[in-house]
Amino acid sequence: MSDAHVSQLRQPLVPEDRTYKQISEDILDTLEEAPSKSWLIGFAFSVLVLTIGFFTVAYEVGTGIGTWGLNKTIGWSWDITNFVFWVGIGHAGTLISAVLLIFRQRWRTAINRAAEAMTIFAVACAGIFPLIHAGRPWLLYWFFPYPNTRGSLWVNFRSPLLWDVFAISTYLTVSLVFWYMGLLPDLASIRDRTKSGVRKVIYGVLSFGWNGSNRTWHHWEVMSLVLAGLATPLVLSVHTIVSMDFATSVIPGWHTTIFPPYFVAGAIFSGFAMVLTLLIITRKVLNWENYITMGHIEAMAKVIVVTGMLVGLAYGTEFFIAWYSGNEYERYCFVNRATGPYWWAYWSMVSCNVLSPQFFWFKKLRTNITFVFIISIVVNIGMWFERFVIITTSLHRDFLPSSWSMYSPTWVEIWTFIGSFGLFFTLFFLFIRLLPGIAVAEVKSVYKFARHNK
Amino acid sequence: MKKDFLLAIYDCEEKLLESAEKARDKQIEMYDVYTPFPVHGLDDAMGIKRSFLPYVTFIAGATGLMFAMGFQLWSSVIDWPTIIGGKPFASVPAFVPVTFEITVLFAAHTTVLAFLISNKLFPGKSAVVMHDEQTCSKFVIALEKDKVNVDDVTNLFKEHGAIEVSERNVDVKTSLI
Repeated sequence: MSDAHVSQLRQPLVPEDRTYKQISEDILDTLEEAPSKSWLIGFAFSVLVLTIGFFTVAYEVGTGIGTWGLNKTIGWSWDITNFVFWVGIGHAGTLISAVLLIFRQRWRTAINRAAEAMTIFAVACAGIFPLIHAGRPWLLYWFFPYPNTRGSLWVNFRSPLLWDVFAISTYLTVSLVFWYMGLLPDLASIRDRTKSGVRKVIYGVLSFGWNGSNRTWHHWEVMSLVLAGLATPLVLSVHTIVSMDFATSVIPGWHTTIFPPYFVAGAIFSGFAMVLTLLIITRKVLNWENYITMGHIEAMAKVIVVTGMLVGLAYGTEFFIAWYSGNEYERYCFVNRATGPYWWAYWSMVSCNVLSPQFFWFKKLRTNITFVFIISIVVNIGMWFERFVIITTSLHRDFLPSSWSMYSPTWVEIWTFIGSFGLFFTLFFLFIRLLPGIAVAEVKSVYKFARHNK
Repeated sequence: MKKDFLLAIYDCEEKLLESAEKARDKQIEMYDVYTPFPVHGLDDAMGIKRSFLPYVTFIAGATGLMFAMGFQLWSSVIDWPTIIGGKPFASVPAFVPVTFEITVLFAAHTTVLAFLISNKLFPGKSAVVMHDEQTCSKFVIALEKDKVNVDDVTNLFKEHGAIEVSERNVDVKTSLI
């Protein structure tokens, strides 16, 4: 495409010269090779962790929620912390695939596929926690308003927990079809280039008979834009509704109107950190440095600085409003967060989420891969602590001092959480082996961008 | 249903676009153009009308919206009114989140279904492939052989950078793998 209007300062998105065929080879050949040793080790380890998690959950479901460290005062803790943590991580995928598409950010093409896959896997991990917490997961369908023999007795549409059911189900299914429609051209490409008969049939079925007809491309592009337009408010609504699980209650520390934007910013923040963690390793192992470039890593680091400061602003606002409201319960709640028995959780949160991203102001640091990788993990830890702080510290000092309590997780909760990482990484390892991890067709469409500047 | 096609093969999108525009100017009817990625400008060159999909999205979204709000009002006001937190039976603001989610749910999935149906894409469909590399690195203009003057068209496409112009008999019937 002619891009004579593009500024001379712009650099090509794919730095090294390639033919279209070579781009396909660089990205798709790995799917036809035998798995590498590092993949096998990583995959086996993830499956092992997932298996331990699975048996832990089986034990918990068989025995009851009494196996958790909850008590009368603290009825919500690790389970909902982990739920919010995973849902939040999912948000970056939609942001990259939908919001950046609407803003016509061409650099997203190299990372949108993997980020969207991450979204789907993270939301799947998130879904496990309310499912287990419901106590009898085989009665999951009670969450939905279906005609039943008890009246029909309908679900309570005024409850934010029910809004969550609709938000998460919609988010998961819409993300899934958006991702899959994007996969069709690449699946067809694998079908047409593979020499193996079995692969030809499997990818043939999966690619829905796609043949690159321009009539189809035309509809496909319009559909992508429509889905992006729908997914953008959807992703904002999901974490808004998650935050309403807390904000619509009357617990000091939860009952605040700042929660929806605060949670959404935090979600994007943690999601980008997770995308960095995953892609820094993936690009190295699969030699994708020519596609997922330093420019991509820098851009994501900048998003982390912005969202990290939004989160920091929210922490400050929350504290100020607690004082300014004159409500002594609200004031106590916040003083207790920072100086009470869970002070270490609060200050871990502040140092991981507000202080650590500030290093990215320095170009030297945000272009240092190892450093970015470390900060991405620090941010993920910090965002986990944020949810723990909001949920547990607001509950543990109840209105009556006689009800004051402390919470610590049991081995069942710890292994359920570790097991959810097992599920996440098992799915990601399978994804990277079986499906194209970079949107090949979309990368080809931006390959010539700013090339005349070289 | 087998048809004889004349295929002009290109290895870059600029030349393809130039040829397609020239063919349009000479009123040569193109059967279809196949590309590894969307090439902007081709829609005009081929005279493709704007996609109808946004209308489907709007209608499906509006249906979802009315269905969700209607169902919540019906179940909470008419079928089994229950006092919850002292709120009115028709607590419309509380019904907004679910209404929004169902609107998006209907709109998104219907759009995708309409896309798949209108382009006849479904799992297990056998792809109509004109050239082995049309989903990878080659750009193909396909013309129905009996509708064009083969020599004129061959010269035109060769002039504008086609690396190959060839004839091929392709089965275009929708069929399973």
